[in-house]
Amino acid sequence: MSTVPSELAVETEPKGVLPTGSAPTPARRVIATLRKSPAVVVSVGIIVFIVLLAVLAPVISAITGWGPYEYDPSAIDSDLGGIPIGPLGGISAEHWLGVEPGNGRDILVRVAYGARVSLMIAVSATLITTTFGVVMGMISGFFGGLADQIISRVMDFLMAFPSLIFMIALLSALPAGNRPVLLVLVLSIFGWPYTARVIRGQTMSLRNSEFVEAARASGARPLRIAFREVLPNLRGTIIVLATLAVPSYIGTEAGLSFLGVGVMPPTPSWGQMISTAVGWYAVDPMFFLIPGTFLFLTVFSFTVLGDNLRRVLDAGDAA
Amino acid sequence: MTLVILRRVLAAAGVLLLISLFTFMIFFWLSPDPAVQICGKTCTPERIDQIREQLGVNLPFWQQYWQFLSGIFTGRTYGEGAAAIECAAPCLGFSFQTNESVTDMIVARMPVSVTLAIGAAVLWLLAGIGGGLLSAVKQGTGWDKAVMISALAGISLPNYFVALLLQYLLVVQLRWLPFPQSVTFAEDPLLWFQSYLMPWLVLAFGYAAMYSRIVRTNVIDTLGQNFMRTAKAKGLDAPVVLRRHALRPSLTPVVTLFGMDFAGLLGGALITETVFGLNGVGKLTADSIAKNDQPVIMGVTLLAAALVVVANMVVDVAYTYLDPRVRVKSA
Repeated sequence: MSTVPSELAVETEPKGVLPTGSAPTPARRVIATLRKSPAVVVSVGIIVFIVLLAVLAPVISAITGWGPYEYDPSAIDSDLGGIPIGPLGGISAEHWLGVEPGNGRDILVRVAYGARVSLMIAVSATLITTTFGVVMGMISGFFGGLADQIISRVMDFLMAFPSLIFMIALLSALPAGNRPVLLVLVLSIFGWPYTARVIRGQTMSLRNSEFVEAARASGARPLRIAFREVLPNLRGTIIVLATLAVPSYIGTEAGLSFLGVGVMPPTPSWGQMISTAVGWYAVDPMFFLIPGTFLFLTVFSFTVLGDNLRRVLDAGDAA
Repeated sequence: MTLVILRRVLAAAGVLLLISLFTFMIFFWLSPDPAVQICGKTCTPERIDQIREQLGVNLPFWQQYWQFLSGIFTGRTYGEGAAAIECAAPCLGFSFQTNESVTDMIVARMPVSVTLAIGAAVLWLLAGIGGGLLSAVKQGTGWDKAVMISALAGISLPNYFVALLLQYLLVVQLRWLPFPQSVTFAEDPLLWFQSYLMPWLVLAFGYAAMYSRIVRTNVIDTLGQNFMRTAKAKGLDAPVVLRRHALRPSLTPVVTLFGMDFAGLLGGALITETVFGLNGVGKLTADSIAKNDQPVIMGVTLLAAALVVVANMVVDVAYTYLDPRVRVKSA
């Protein structure tokens, strides 16, 4: 994260007299607590696995010998309408997770490349919305007044929007272009208020705390107070919000791709693969089960991690 | 009090106006020329101009926007003379692909979406509130864990995936249910019920998961409040304390959410309707996206936005009656 506070700023805060009790829980203690939870360990394991899958997609492609766009007519039965030859959707030594019906593309390689697209979009959107949301939320909460009025109205407006249907309308009207970039933009436009709203609330309560008053009395300038005193105290919240934003963007991207307005073929994406699988689900269930399982595991793991981070950080705050 | 309500209504109208403006702008500037699309392959420049004039897309932006807006209230006529097409108020546009008014298309699909929304809402409220309450009261037990793990699964499983899974298991493998079909209740009550059962379950699962998490957090929060101790000290029965003192304040955020979610579903459950082939507003939207039938996409977007905004407003106004704290704050 871009919000690593300077150690000095954290240490010089008068510990124990914080009215909101929101001293940042030391990262080491948080990690130690999280490591005791089997659910978290498994989730982190799955996330690492998916990230490796995404990063190593070209390597996997080289090892299996199949490209993401490469057809394999020998793996499908053209007499039966193109269903994969062999059990479980054509799982074999040649194609480890089977092939797509109709064209025989390798599912493992496409899932790996799909993970790339999904993670890249979700992580980019998370970075943008977190940065923008934190800045907007802090300006709004710290300075109040007219800036707060304007930012709050814009947030209210964006949040009153039925964003999914609007994203669909927007994406269906936009020309093809660079789909992943468009998706990141659209997700970010509607995503940042959810971060900003929480940050605004917390900044408002921190603004009136004693250590901020102390800093103000010692002559620190507003910007310095905002970045050195308030921001470090928001670290936990920011990490939790960002961790939970990733799965929500992955889910939304997959949904949009499923509906045909997200990532466009031939670029592989999980939502789009499941969408194609709708026509085949009765004869080749593996085609929707495999990408669906990857999608589920990714969203599930990030959510479990985010939930537990929040629990541990909240408990740390209360202590 | 009247002033508060009036302010809310005006704010909602403002939001709706802005939404309509944004939607119109998107389609005005970003989408390809509808005239070219209608004209097809054997097209002459004269013919395109003619169509543009008929559609009114040769006019400047504000004039077109005004025509669109006034069409919603007074209806509008496309073109002139014998070829003119009437679009009665409330006219949300006219689809030249199907030669129907967008309003008529939506109205025809509405019953399916309403049926879907009501059935799912009953299920998810029961499961969501019940599950959340059970989980909060039995905090830390196996019940709590079971509910919370199901809830986590519910929010992590995309509903199209659940839909395919359920359809594969119940219809293809076990043959417990027939393939979902578009029948009305009057035609065949049993088949109607069987056709809606899976869509209801799929929709309800996702929402129930979210609601049970929220209810659990709120009930646990409320149980720790001082007035709970007072209620128990007064010697009230545990179930009464739970129902009258703990549940009521815990459900306030649920009411807000429910208003928005239910209204959102009336505007069409895009994915669920598409996967199950139900001919509702959502499927209309999905089909129009596939055919790039822009007047319809725009009409449905506006309707969905209007439903959510109106629901929000109704919930807000209802609060001023239900929750005295809100009244004090907004007065």
